[in-house]
Amino acid sequence: MERRAYYRNGWLPWLLIGPQLILVLVFFYWPTTQALYWAFTLEQPWGGGNTWVGLDNFLAIFRDREYWTTVVRSAFYAIVTTGLSMTVALTLAAFVDRSLKGTRFFQSVYVWPYAIAAPAAGVAFRFIFAPESGLIGSINAIWPGIWNPAINGFHALAMVIVCHAWLGIGYNFIFFLAALQMIPRSITEAGAMDGARPFQRLIDLQLPLIAPTAFFLLIMNLISSFTDSFGLIDVMTEGGPIGQTEVMVYKIYFDGFKGLDYSGAAAQSIVLMLLVIGLTFVQFKWVERRVHYN
Amino acid sequence: MIERSPVFDFVTYLAMALGALLVVIPFWITLVAGSQSLQEVSQVPISLLPSSHLFENLAAAWTRGDLGPKLINSFIVAIGVTVGKITLASLSAFAIVFFSFKARMLCFWLIFITLMLPLEVRIVPTYSIAANALLPFQVILDTLGITGLVQAVSGVQIALNWNLLNSYPGLILPLVATATGTFLYRQFFMTIPDELVEASKMDGASPLEFFWDVLLPLSRTNMLALATIMFVSSWNQYLWTLLVTTDRANFGTVVMQLKALIPAQNGTPDWNVTMAGALIIMLPPLLVVAFMQRWFVRGLISRDK
Repeated sequence: MERRAYYRNGWLPWLLIGPQLILVLVFFYWPTTQALYWAFTLEQPWGGGNTWVGLDNFLAIFRDREYWTTVVRSAFYAIVTTGLSMTVALTLAAFVDRSLKGTRFFQSVYVWPYAIAAPAAGVAFRFIFAPESGLIGSINAIWPGIWNPAINGFHALAMVIVCHAWLGIGYNFIFFLAALQMIPRSITEAGAMDGARPFQRLIDLQLPLIAPTAFFLLIMNLISSFTDSFGLIDVMTEGGPIGQTEVMVYKIYFDGFKGLDYSGAAAQSIVLMLLVIGLTFVQFKWVERRVHYN
Repeated sequence: MIERSPVFDFVTYLAMALGALLVVIPFWITLVAGSQSLQEVSQVPISLLPSSHLFENLAAAWTRGDLGPKLINSFIVAIGVTVGKITLASLSAFAIVFFSFKARMLCFWLIFITLMLPLEVRIVPTYSIAANALLPFQVILDTLGITGLVQAVSGVQIALNWNLLNSYPGLILPLVATATGTFLYRQFFMTIPDELVEASKMDGASPLEFFWDVLLPLSRTNMLALATIMFVSSWNQYLWTLLVTTDRANFGTVVMQLKALIPAQNGTPDWNVTMAGALIIMLPPLLVVAFMQRWFVRGLISRDK
């Protein structure tokens, strides 16, 4: 990022960057440091100071079987959502990439889910999947009680996952299509002349070439499934039935703001932060490597 | 185009149509259910054709969800975040890319590390700062001994307090305090050739004139992209708005009202009203994305570079 032409000015750059730095300090660095402090202390909910407890808060959540169930559930949620959403988006992008006549229309429709608030989609999907409604619920008229997300935890989780995957289609599609279109035509043509069929070309030729994008999306999707799941779950199931759709962010919210267990919630936040930082770090490493090999 | 066999073309169109169906069905159901009467919407199986009750359902949802004032709040927050982000991001990226000063790389990293942790992940600590956003400065003053000094000299005790709960700054500022926009602007500013800076210097233009007359007009596409992304994401913000507004009647946004629109467990299952409300809430960001598609797609993708 080296430039030859610079401005030199004592105070002006500070004036320009100052507001952003102050905001970042107040709303990012301060709270994150605070969370660290909380995680290692025990705070009385109604004031009265903090006492240092070392790793006790972490040990408490790690000993809690319920916490591990939530972690495993979040991982399952993240993997299935990401897999579903990316597969659908890649398939659509591969077909759109043929750029037949009229493709533009489809292309713009596929982006729509990006605009929708997770809770709004949640409401729509809750109705679509409601056991008493006339859509998916119709199968209950044939086989009574076969579908009921209000009672069956697996049904509820499946419902939320499908909705989350749907929400991600737009974002994933945009990136996949852009990556596919950046592949030089000559390479695809050479593959075709060697006798590779379209599907074979997708697997052996295009996929390896768009691997960096796919990897970037993989990480972004995993992070989003940890963070954006709150709105969906709150509107669709409220973590129920009997906590069977509770994921990590929802548990933090529930323990911290409903249960007033700030120390426990802070420790859980730290675990989630480390997880997200870890994923981002892997991504940065990958980006670095990609630049290297180009 | 490589293979142009009619069969493969047909398969392509079929797949694209199925994909469009998959994407459109939830929108269609929302519209259809929102236009039906209570009886129609409760039918099993439901009719997949729109009916004639759309406007009365919209009116019912409007009153039930108190959507008028909530829409105004949503617009204030979304526009506030968008304008705030564009202003701060362009200025700070300008400083980072075009100025040479000692702590430049430190500032760069201080800002960019924030990309790592989305707001939802640090919701508990961020909430604590909302009760008094000036607490960090108070602690700094206390530690430096300035508070004590001022008190000794003038007898005035410094007690900084700015409560952000139930206020527009509380809804807006934490959403502005991330690096997405700065990153986007930085990527763009890096592509500006050095010759442009040199030419502007030779013409005797000040740095701010260069920023205003050269950089801003050049980065218009960039700005539209960022505006779309920010408008959509702040309109759709849920968890933070939920926490920071305990006074829902005055500071709630429309997205928070979705839950209130869902029929109660044992109440009338009037999903038609719920869906009409959802329609109103979905529409503004959807329109923005539909109209700005060309620019915002470019902006999203350049974030990856």
